[in-house]
Amino acid sequence: MKLQEALEIASQTHSGMVRSHNEDSLTHDAACGLVVLADGMGGYNAGEVASGIAVSVLSTEIRQRMDEVRPEDKSAEGEDMGVVLLRENVKKANASIYSAAQNQPQYSGMGTTIVTALFYDNRVAVAHVGDSRMYRLRGESFGAITRDHSLLQEQLDGGIISPEDARVSKNRNLVTRAVGIEADVIPEVHVHEVCAGDIYLLCSDGLNDMVEDEDIGNTLQMLQANLPLAANQLIEMANDNGGRDNVSVILVKINGDFSVPRGWLDKLQSWLKN
Amino acid sequence: MAAKLILSMDGSVLQEYVLSKERMTVGRKPHNDIVIENLAISGEHAAIVTILNDSFLEDLDSTNGVMVNGTQVKKHFLQNNDVIEIGKYKLKYLNEVQHQANGADFEKTMVLRTPSAAPAADNKTLAQSEPGIAPAQTAGNPAGAANVAAKKTGDATVVQKMVPPAAVQILTGANTGRELDLVKNLTTLGKPGVQVAVLTRRPHGYFITHVEGANYPSLNGRALDEQPHPLNNHDIIELAGIKMEFYFKD
Repeated sequence: MKLQEALEIASQTHSGMVRSHNEDSLTHDAACGLVVLADGMGGYNAGEVASGIAVSVLSTEIRQRMDEVRPEDKSAEGEDMGVVLLRENVKKANASIYSAAQNQPQYSGMGTTIVTALFYDNRVAVAHVGDSRMYRLRGESFGAITRDHSLLQEQLDGGIISPEDARVSKNRNLVTRAVGIEADVIPEVHVHEVCAGDIYLLCSDGLNDMVEDEDIGNTLQMLQANLPLAANQLIEMANDNGGRDNVSVILVKINGDFSVPRGWLDKLQSWLKN
Repeated sequence: MAAKLILSMDGSVLQEYVLSKERMTVGRKPHNDIVIENLAISGEHAAIVTILNDSFLEDLDSTNGVMVNGTQVKKHFLQNNDVIEIGKYKLKYLNEVQHQANGADFEKTMVLRTPSAAPAADNKTLAQSEPGIAPAQTAGNPAGAANVAAKKTGDATVVQKMVPPAAVQILTGANTGRELDLVKNLTTLGKPGVQVAVLTRRPHGYFITHVEGANYPSLNGRALDEQPHPLNNHDIIELAGIKMEFYFKD
């Protein structure tokens, strides 16, 4: 199946019930298997600028690079090129946000979190920085497959705070990594196998701070036949619970196999099909 | 800004302490940050560890123990207005951040900058490992926070307005008479793959929305469109040939 047919994508973003403007940015392109979601921070409109730069750098650069390299190819170090593409371009986004912030006083200190994924060859490479998340629904099981770069997550990992206490912590707004704050950034990148029927959710913390994971999972489970409705429902739930922050979601549903043809027969078959 | 403890006995305030240090101790001996000279108090009785805006109370194996809001605790995550009791003394925990968060201006997301940034080599190991075993970074120096910038964000407060309980009762077909309480935020009706609608419970009422299938459900004899429709008491829903009635339970 062609990537474009295998991936069904829906997205929605909303400024929430309290904020007057939306500092989240997102984009998706089923044809090259790319999704990007960024949650900006910074005074005035600097947050929008930072998340906007991140999204546009990622999408333009990766689309361009994919004319020359295939994400399933291996780099000299033996990594998937998909991983390399994400890592390099998150770093590139970091550099351009950082230099804009250095050169223009009104953008000083701006930055953004990011979660971005590239689907190829029945796999997905996921890169993230900060507390924007990616979740996966597979059959009955639903959970985050990224781990926040936040003080709270570190406290959870260290056993300093229990998951129950973490829900009422006042430290949930502290991220330990962000794009554009320092001259360089280290994105965390992982590769996961993808199964037909999986639903992937990328979201800004405006969703998972307002809606319990269990409710998010149930919603996806119940509304998986109608992806735009599911996206809309998630946003409504965040807003019904107070909507204190911008809230953005991208949903990716895997409708079938998108492995890359390998043997000559495979290649011939896929050539004939196209 | 910083959280405070107010020491009182028999209703009269004795002293106020700002939780300015990462760890503050309470005890009878003079080296404690909060000294209470009373024989019921152990030499080192309890400690309060503060990490940015969160404070944790810990009983340091005291002889007479520590109560919070009337319950004996060993370790406790302090919440605004908690009352710690040590002997006949009371320490009230006040965390101003709470008041701010409730106001129009709420907290901003900040970046914690660890002075010793993770070495570049760490990247490779991360890239290969599953999230479950990603190495935990140290929290760095929490008190000496942070550059940066405002991403306003929500906190855990969930505003759950109550809507009156409601149900649907099936009026036709094999399950006639069956009642379905709408106890969850979402309830789906119908057959997956054929025709499905969802009933959503929201703060301002109940709604019905078409989910899948070539045919749309009808409400009081009128076919629905893609949009959610509010449900009124005794509305008749028709879905996949089955009629049902929506009604409020009281």
